[in-house]
Amino acid sequence: MSARIYVPIDSGALSLGAEQVARAIRREADARGIAVDIVRNGSRGLFWLEPLVEVVTPQGRVAYGPVQPEDVPGLFDAGFHHGAAHPLCHGLTAQIPFLARQERLTFARVGLTDPLSLDDYLAHGGFEGLKRAIALAPADVVQAVTDSGLRGRGGAAFPTGIKWKTVLDTPAAQKYIACNADEGDSGTFSDRMLMEGDPYCLIEGMTIAGLAVGATQGYIYVRSEYPHAFRTLQAAIGRARAAGWLGASVAGCGRAFELEVRMGAGAYICGEETAMLESLEGKRGVVRAKPPLPAIAGLFGQPTVINNVMSLAAVPLILARGAAFYRDYGLGRSRGTLPFQLAGNLRHTGLVEKAFGVTLRELLEDFGGGSASGRPLRTAQVGGPLGAYVPATQFDVPLDYEQYAAIGAMVGHGGIVAFDDTVDMAKMARHAMAFCVAESCGKCTPCRIGSVRGVEVIDRIIAGEERGRNLALLDSLCDTMLAGSLCAMGGMTPYPVQSALKHFPQDFGIDTAAAA
Amino acid sequence: MTTPLPKTADLDALIQAHRTLPGATLPILHAIQDAWGYIPDEALPRIATALNLSRAEVQGVVSFYHHFRRTPPGRHVVQVCRAESCLAMGADALEAHVRAALGIDVHQTSADGAVTLEPVYCLGNCACSPSIRVDDDIHGRMSPRRFDALVAELRATSGKGVTA
Ligand SMILES: Cc1cc2nc3c(=O)[nH]c(=O)nc-3n(C[C@H](O)[C@H](O)[C@H](O)COP(=O)(O)O)c2cc1C
Ligand code: SF4
Ligand code: FES
Repeated sequence: MSARIYVPIDSGALSLGAEQVARAIRREADARGIAVDIVRNGSRGLFWLEPLVEVVTPQGRVAYGPVQPEDVPGLFDAGFHHGAAHPLCHGLTAQIPFLARQERLTFARVGLTDPLSLDDYLAHGGFEGLKRAIALAPADVVQAVTDSGLRGRGGAAFPTGIKWKTVLDTPAAQKYIACNADEGDSGTFSDRMLMEGDPYCLIEGMTIAGLAVGATQGYIYVRSEYPHAFRTLQAAIGRARAAGWLGASVAGCGRAFELEVRMGAGAYICGEETAMLESLEGKRGVVRAKPPLPAIAGLFGQPTVINNVMSLAAVPLILARGAAFYRDYGLGRSRGTLPFQLAGNLRHTGLVEKAFGVTLRELLEDFGGGSASGRPLRTAQVGGPLGAYVPATQFDVPLDYEQYAAIGAMVGHGGIVAFDDTVDMAKMARHAMAFCVAESCGKCTPCRIGSVRGVEVIDRIIAGEERGRNLALLDSLCDTMLAGSLCAMGGMTPYPVQSALKHFPQDFGIDTAAAA
Repeated sequence: MTTPLPKTADLDALIQAHRTLPGATLPILHAIQDAWGYIPDEALPRIATALNLSRAEVQGVVSFYHHFRRTPPGRHVVQVCRAESCLAMGADALEAHVRAALGIDVHQTSADGAVTLEPVYCLGNCACSPSIRVDDDIHGRMSPRRFDALVAELRATSGKGVTA
């Protein structure tokens, strides 16, 4: 019997040499006359161990990593193709604490299966949710999503079911589902991992959304920085269509749903939902004023559901297992799980799906293993480039939308970037303003001009020029941006800037002893 | 190294292949840049005519997006991530090394025509920071030593887009 060996095809694993490792295993096995069956899976999300090679044994899958091509002969010498011991061996994958302590709902299949295999997908519970949805009345599907407590995972945390209901209740000959896969936030990669590792899950979620609100066409807007995810989705859509899961009669139910992937073009602002619609329509990605809501007049002027990849990918399970099952995870008004992404200066970076309520300290220390550099962690930016810097004194606040808002921070898309004590927070504040300069859509003055002035003012503060006056100026500039911007690009750039200033004034040359 | 001039007949074929898509501008621009490496001047009036837009509107779209370039790149495009996770893992020092090794600044092409250097804000590879992208391939946990080995390879190989 041939040995079954998994080598990830996720672009993160590929970025560390997974392709060369797969080839080395094939070459070495052939040279030794050993029969191996190499399966390319998604990533388990344990990136410090990537490329993570797994071998199937009667006890379960055994993990080896990080494997480099030059390790392969030694692995065969040790008998890794039977699951034998080796310095790179971590035992059963499922028992690695980083993985064992997670609550994987949305990511249940990612890393386990061959992403493009429909057989794998079906064997792991795929399309159960869609079958349930087909059997229900559209309004009942929407109700299930509402009852689950699911809130948008793209950043704004708006209740998904309520958005769907607006589209359902707006009569129109043509409606759309638009999936926001722009994932521009630094420190985030869960959308990418799911699209590359379990694309049918997103396809199923979008199809359920289409049937629920009466939309027959869906678009997935993928950023151009994700060529690999783009190709995986294209291939998956082709296979799903050929198997009858998409098309004129979805799974033979008599109702249509079609899907197309579109590529963005390197503009962060196109993650803002109305800018994304403009871009899908072929225009400059300039933010639209609301109203009208996209749910009433969205893509090409028609009612449109816009959801993040994670929101849509949570839907199949909600339908398959029931709203209560999902709602039982989490706390307060933050229900279910969030796939957190651990990035930056950490020993164990990767994907951690947990129920809301987990703390930053648990994520950074228990899962992340502390800093990669071995120095003390000083802060973490949570929720992308527009998110606040959370100081170590607030690491015990539970991650929950409301509790984070109460400390002037945001959970957002769940990206967490850790910094050790060598970080210069004045530089990070300047970086936030400079990012806004580069990515502003240009529609409103506080954002377009304010960010340019912001960089100048921070430069003067760092240089020590009239510090008191310039600090007051920065404060008033941030107020203007917060209050006077049309969208969160200009409206939230002050979050990283002001949190850096508030928690780390010494980095800006402010004499805290004298000020106190 | 010579860059073949875009053949306008090919441009028209690419435009025709996508023009009936709803919101066809970006798919057309991507198809052209994938084939030619950039968006040539000749393409703008042709896209405008095909989509019933003004030339200024097409120009406005092209200039809005960082991804689209108006001049031919080197044989390879290298993007160094400048976003927070990579900054936390030494992206500043890495970028300084890259600029020195190539002898160019960002948005420039090395003298031998091998590499065009661009900044990028996040490649979604933040768990393996610092990250760079070379054409369509991402490379994680990049170090000056690994970068030098990579560049030696790039200098020895032809790229996509220019030799098409
Ligand atoms: C500047 C800016 C960038 C954004 N980027 C993204 C993004 O990359 N992905 C995303 O899903 N939502 C992003 N959003 C949020 C979207 O506007 C929108 O709220 C979301 O797509 C709705 O989907 P959800 O309800 O499922 O979260 C961004 C918002 C702003 C203001
Ligand atoms: S805040 Fe900035 S990005 Fe948002 S609409 Fe105004 S100018 Fe555009
Ligand atoms: S911050 Fe560099 S890859 Fe995300």
